[in-house]
Amino acid sequence: MSGLVAASAGNALVWLVWVVAAFSCLASGVAVISFSNAFYSALALIGNLASLAVMYLLLNAEFVAAAQVLVYAGAVVVMFLFVIAYVGPRREAPWSGGPGWQTVAAVAAAGALLVEIVVAVGLQASGSLSSESPVGAAFGTPAWIGRVFLVDHLLAFEITSVVLLVAAVGGVILGTHTRRTDPAIIGPGGTVREREPEPEAVH
Amino acid sequence: MAGPDVAWYLAVSSFLFGIGALGVLIRRNVLIVLLSLELMLNAGNLALIALARHWHNGAGQIFALAVMAVAASEVCVGLGLVVALNRRNLSLDVDRLSELRG
Repeated sequence: MSGLVAASAGNALVWLVWVVAAFSCLASGVAVISFSNAFYSALALIGNLASLAVMYLLLNAEFVAAAQVLVYAGAVVVMFLFVIAYVGPRREAPWSGGPGWQTVAAVAAAGALLVEIVVAVGLQASGSLSSESPVGAAFGTPAWIGRVFLVDHLLAFEITSVVLLVAAVGGVILGTHTRRTDPAIIGPGGTVREREPEPEAVH
Repeated sequence: MAGPDVAWYLAVSSFLFGIGALGVLIRRNVLIVLLSLELMLNAGNLALIALARHWHNGAGQIFALAVMAVAASEVCVGLGLVVALNRRNLSLDVDRLSELRG
């Protein structure tokens, strides 16, 4: 009897954590797309990622939750904040500067996409979602993830590393591209030469 | 299983995906479009992990990790493009960036 009470209390606690995480996830998602300043949007994305990590923990995905916090909050959002600070406050047409039908069409298209997802998931999976398969204690731990990733899905692991390498090379090439408007100041190899100092006026 | 069913996670994931799609379609700032893309990728990740838990199949979590790597690559290239646009003093408004030539 006391075990039953403890189980239901734990169940209620899981529900409470889930409701808070889901609400903050959706609320911060709305905040990301509704701030006019991109800096605040990036900060709201951190809240979204943190609440998603809480939900991953509820889903026995400890390693993915840790990777989520490290990769997204630690690397991706920091890079976003750096670039936003580098670009500076350029508030040009934060919301749709175009005609009004564009906004209406955007809302309609996003709503249609949402309805399509809900219908597709409901039709495909409504029958099989009720039966729950039990998970062991090892599910989602780093050791288990490592074995699955490096034994069963080794090709995906290697291809992921190639994708990251290509993206890093592309980012460097895009970032170091010099301005081509004035060919006189671009030296050999694309390096930018300093302008020659103006000759001093001779009296 | 203690706690919510997998259908609840899928509902949150669908709504998050819808919010991200709305952001991609309605916003004009390149940076916020990229942030909305992150929202959509995260919604996909949540669905993958919820279904991995549901069917006790590790491939979902592996797929989610691969999606994270792809998201990091996308941010790397996308922010490189933003920096290149900023160097050429171009607008960051996606409606004005309708030509591939600057």
